Amino acid sequence: MKNKLSLGGRISIFLVIACIATLWFFPMWRIDLAAPQYPEGIYMNIWINHLSGDVEIINGLNHYIGMKTIHEEDFKEFVYLPIVLGSFCGLGLLVFFWNRRIGYYIWTSIFLLIAAISMYDFWKWEYDYGHNLDPTAPIKVPGMAYQPPLIGYKKMLNFEALSQPDIGGWFYIIAGGILVGVCFYEWKRSKKKMA
Amino acid sequence: MKRFSLILIAVGAIVFAQSCKMKTTEAAVSGDAASKVYVAPGKYDEFYNFVSGGFSGQVSVYGLPSGRLLKVIPVFSQNPENGYGYNEETKPMLQTSHGFIPWDDEHHLALSVTNGEHDGRWLFANANNTPRVARIDLKTFKTVEVLEIPNSGGNHSSPFITENSEYIIAGTRFSVPIAEQEVALTAESFKANFKSTVSFVGINQQTGNMGISFQIVLPGVDLDLARAGKGPSHGWFFLSCYNSEQANTLKEVNSSQKDKDFIVAINWKKAEEYVKAGKGRKMTTEYYHNVLNEETHTATSNIMKEVITLDPNELKDMVYFIPCPKSPHGCDVNPTGEYIVGSGKLAALIPVFSFDKIQKAIAAKTFEGDYHGIPVIKYEAALHGEVKKPGLGPLHTEFDAKGNAYTSFFVSSEIVKWSLKDLTVLDRVPTYYSIGHLMVPGGDTKSPYGKYVVAYNKITKDRYLPTGPELTQSAQLYSIEGDKMQLLLDYPTIGEPHYAQAILADKIKGQSVKFYDINHNKHPYLAKGEKETKVVREGNKVHVYMTAIRSHLTPDNIEGVRVGDEVYFHITNLEQDWDIPHGFAVKHADNAELLIMPGETNTLKFVPKKSGIYPFYCTDFCSALHQEMQGYLRVSPAGSNTPLKWYMGKQDTTAVAAK
Repeated sequence: MKNKLSLGGRISIFLVIACIATLWFFPMWRIDLAAPQYPEGIYMNIWINHLSGDVEIINGLNHYIGMKTIHEEDFKEFVYLPIVLGSFCGLGLLVFFWNRRIGYYIWTSIFLLIAAISMYDFWKWEYDYGHNLDPTAPIKVPGMAYQPPLIGYKKMLNFEALSQPDIGGWFYIIAGGILVGVCFYEWKRSKKKMA
Repeated sequence: MKRFSLILIAVGAIVFAQSCKMKTTEAAVSGDAASKVYVAPGKYDEFYNFVSGGFSGQVSVYGLPSGRLLKVIPVFSQNPENGYGYNEETKPMLQTSHGFIPWDDEHHLALSVTNGEHDGRWLFANANNTPRVARIDLKTFKTVEVLEIPNSGGNHSSPFITENSEYIIAGTRFSVPIAEQEVALTAESFKANFKSTVSFVGINQQTGNMGISFQIVLPGVDLDLARAGKGPSHGWFFLSCYNSEQANTLKEVNSSQKDKDFIVAINWKKAEEYVKAGKGRKMTTEYYHNVLNEETHTATSNIMKEVITLDPNELKDMVYFIPCPKSPHGCDVNPTGEYIVGSGKLAALIPVFSFDKIQKAIAAKTFEGDYHGIPVIKYEAALHGEVKKPGLGPLHTEFDAKGNAYTSFFVSSEIVKWSLKDLTVLDRVPTYYSIGHLMVPGGDTKSPYGKYVVAYNKITKDRYLPTGPELTQSAQLYSIEGDKMQLLLDYPTIGEPHYAQAILADKIKGQSVKFYDINHNKHPYLAKGEKETKVVREGNKVHVYMTAIRSHLTPDNIEGVRVGDEVYFHITNLEQDWDIPHGFAVKHADNAELLIMPGETNTLKFVPKKSGIYPFYCTDFCSALHQEMQGYLRVSPAGSNTPLKWYMGKQDTTAVAAK
């Protein structure tokens, strides 16, 4: 039974599922914007299935520099993400019942894969959004692009932008931490048993 | 040359000696005054101070203690600055039984109260000239209702409010014949025909809507100021009056003959009972009731046809007169509701009446006679005591929470602090110059906030840089936290400031509306989005459904309008963000601009007189491309057949509308 998961490892599956489940209740990402005219700040929340916050205000402002307006319908991600994450949680239950270390390793790999693809997709969207500008836009600044930061702070014209995970995003990161940590622990345990 | 400089020195010495003899005004300000009124940039004031605009007809809003002007709220006068009274939506607000009246004289303000304390719902204002009262919504700082008062002239003793905002009142300063009769102007005719009325305007506690519940018809005197009782005196109203001589000419002299005029005490609970019992008389009349609907953003006028009048000669135990020395002006009730302070303008003392004693005098019928059938209580029987030699020309009294009263003196130009307990003068400070009203924040409520007293002055003369013959009026802020009053700040005001009110900012700042939700906009000519813009001709009326958003108007090119048409520009501001108004003006329009708040629709009527091209544009610097926010209206000669056409950018809105 040396290939089986430890008790902690098995319990961690439910912790990870619980962390992922928060994404249905809290936004995963948050972009804050501030400008001299917006001392109170404006923000946009990205959820796994929709957007919230001052999206209309951001759209109104961005037409000056020719950025595309943001519409929920344009994001196929909002359809895929809940399915992918829901399936991932289901897969976790299989890992629990199968109760094999290798299952856990695979599960973790899938998680990291989803994270990597999501971040790449997010970056690609930001790049497209910040670079594909309407050539007839009223304000054109040579060489200027308006790609928001993937994570962290950036100043663009009169706006300061701060991009960071929101509550759901942080729980996703915690889930990642648990998965990697447990993998490492299981790996150590397996080596000890072999020795 | 030497002799010349000697003369100069001599003149200089005389001037210096002269100025030494007189007390200079600067001496009155002590060192730490500035720090007490300094509100750092970006910080908020502690109080909202609503100040009547007098002959401007408007209400101004200042911050205290900084004295910064925050807003002017148009109430009884047209305001080209934001189109109030000029645009089609607000024109009905200034309609009266005598047509559209674009100006008035606004004197007094009353914040709504619950249990005698500010509740932050509404602010009421009076119009003195064409008798009216108005209600301002403290969420939007907009005038939302105007009610005309029939059978009245000079609506001065108004809009003072009862303890739970049951009523505001409207009393006549210029007695007039009832039912607007045309009568001879002789002494006999005056005595026979002229009456005063006190209208009790009921307030709907849910909507704030006003309606005249009843009018009490009094002998023809000049009702001046008023206060509702509170606490033990709740259910009573007290009004000062002068001209008990009933003079109709040279009132300056003829109204000042009697040693005493009156404080009128009205038991309004009793009046309510009479109305309930059907003892009132229904009288046919005509007056306007104008209400702004904040969903359609449009005001409508209703013509009212009836008032209920009550005659105190028939309906006993409702009205009493109390003698008060020499043409009383202010009539103020202290926070506990026990004392009523009368201020005889020409008296050398301030009488303080006791509500308890008034009740005992009424019960014991301690009357000295009657005035036109209404019992007059014996002066001594109602009197709590007199403040001796307080100053010259007492006008108004406000109170702090520590049992002190502050009375303004017009003639001696000062504020006098005195104790209600023993009626002794405690302190006095000069005002610059000739104070009228004064105001302690919450000083007319059950729980004054205290802290400051503000003087509202009639004369400024040398106080500021001269600006020709027409000078500003002013306010002075004094600290009343210590034993001695301390002058802190002196600042100009709009119009003529009469009475004012101040409320703790924390009570209302959180409820301030930032913009109107466009989804709740029910304006009949709303264009909720650029796709809904269109131009519709109905006979010679052309309705333009236009939208404004940074930084374009849709449509921005319109053709097919002809001389003889009436063009209605209905502009919807599509923005849904804080502080993004758009303005709208058309060349040669003979009214004013529109200033449209986000989510709101406003209408400008334009009747072109000549054919040509008429540019229109956004007048409020809304954005980086505000200057580009403009368009053209083509007006063809009368009878021509230029087709109706409109568009914006690449979008052919004509085609969209045709579908």
